Amino acid sequence: MKQKPIVHRKDLHWWEQFYIPQIINGMRITLSQVFRPKFTRQYPEEKWNPPSSFRGRPVLVEQNGVERCVACGLCSRVCPALAIDVQASETELLKERYPVRFEINMLRCIFCGFCEEVCPEEAIVMSKEFELVFRHQEDAIFGKEKLLLPADKLKDRLEFLRKNR
Amino acid sequence: MELLISIVKIVVVMGVMLGIVAYIVLLERRLSAAIQNRIGPNRVGWQGLLQPIADVIKLVFKEDIVPYKANRFIHDLAPIISLAVALTTFAVVPFGDKINLFGYDIKLQIADVNVGILYILALTSLGVYGLTLSGWSSNSKYALLGGVRSSAQMISYELSMGLAVLGVVMIAGSLKLDAIVEAQAGWKWNIFLQPIGFITFVTTAFAETNRLPFDLPEAEPELVAGYHTEYSGLKFGAYYLSEYANMFVSSAIITTLYLGGWQMPFVHSFGFSDFWISIIQVLGFLAKVIIIVSFFIIIRWTIPRFRYDQLMNLGWKFMLPISILNLLLTGAAVLWGIL
Ligand code: SF4
Ligand code: SF4
Repeated sequence: MKQKPIVHRKDLHWWEQFYIPQIINGMRITLSQVFRPKFTRQYPEEKWNPPSSFRGRPVLVEQNGVERCVACGLCSRVCPALAIDVQASETELLKERYPVRFEINMLRCIFCGFCEEVCPEEAIVMSKEFELVFRHQEDAIFGKEKLLLPADKLKDRLEFLRKNR
Repeated sequence: MELLISIVKIVVVMGVMLGIVAYIVLLERRLSAAIQNRIGPNRVGWQGLLQPIADVIKLVFKEDIVPYKANRFIHDLAPIISLAVALTTFAVVPFGDKINLFGYDIKLQIADVNVGILYILALTSLGVYGLTLSGWSSNSKYALLGGVRSSAQMISYELSMGLAVLGVVMIAGSLKLDAIVEAQAGWKWNIFLQPIGFITFVTTAFAETNRLPFDLPEAEPELVAGYHTEYSGLKFGAYYLSEYANMFVSSAIITTLYLGGWQMPFVHSFGFSDFWISIIQVLGFLAKVIIIVSFFIIIRWTIPRFRYDQLMNLGWKFMLPISILNLLLTGAAVLWGIL
């Protein structure tokens, strides 16, 4: 856009120094905004679908009925808010290790996405969910049952991660 | 009987006025939102029509906090002064002609004071006390600065306001608001006879009501909330209400002085009965007032706030000479019989 020339006060015509035509012009612009479309989203009725780059609450990816996580503890280690608690155990499956307990304290989580970045198995990713409301502090600690989400529900994010690796 | 009629008038007008003021708050919020491409409050009731009631209920249940070492008595008194002044000013504004109800001729004006304009000027000056005292008693630097600013601003603009009104008084030849409205019958509205006076009066009205672009006493970016920084709960509500009541009353005064008051040209040519003509006139008066209020709101989002020195310059070096000039011109016109 071309820059408009700067107008100094002394350049103004005496009629312009009254500012009244300018004020009326300004009011015309102000009023014309009334008829423009509104930006407001009527939230609870009209939900927002975030783009795949959105970092909502972290979830565990579930594949073939079990989590991908191998309980290496890297996420727990990297988490700046100390929100993740992992306890490892052995399993008969190919991956040999799995987390018996995996808890994220959603009151501590700052949605930085470090856990997702550090995970070697792509087992923990940021979902699109941003509606987190709790009645009690205990409710805010999400165990495995709340964290597990099937991989096909997280396709967007997984694809996004692969593209940007 | 006279007394009874007066009391009924006071109660009815007060109730209607408070209702209108509450809905002016809603109007401001919705219109501001629309100007900013938002929707505004639309949840409580249909399209947010019950929002004012919800607001009041919220304010009533809020905690009333008095700051440490504040002067408790004055701190309580200041919002009452503000609200009382804002509400009583309307008493002399005629909002309609006589109306015939149950065999009585009722004048649609609470008090027919024969120096109505002086009454208005006197009361609006009293309004300064509400703001200055609140700033002074709060024991807070922001509030104090706001209060000091409000007093300086109001005194500077009162002068031009008085001079602007004098032009209207000269044309009507009376200080009675009734007579001034009478004198504007038909299309002889003062806005056409007194364009300069109208502009000065409206500008000073903005300054008197602390509306943008002259809301220095509560300039949010510099003074938190200005003179009412330390108010909460119901007392803050009183300030909030008085601000909008002031806006309503000054719009009513602008309408009375410059837009023909309740006069509606051609209303007699449609052949309504007298009763309905009175009703139409009252509604016409209200419509004019609401238009001026909307004008106030639109200006708020059009012109940025003045700096303090700009405000003083405008008041003393611009508004005052122009209103004196207007006075001289009007005087000459009246003398040579043009008006
Ligand atoms: S980094 Fe990944 S694999 Fe390791 S414990 Fe965390 S979620 Fe499991
Ligand atoms: S997003 Fe950040 S804060 Fe939240 S659990 Fe992962 S590493 Fe911790």
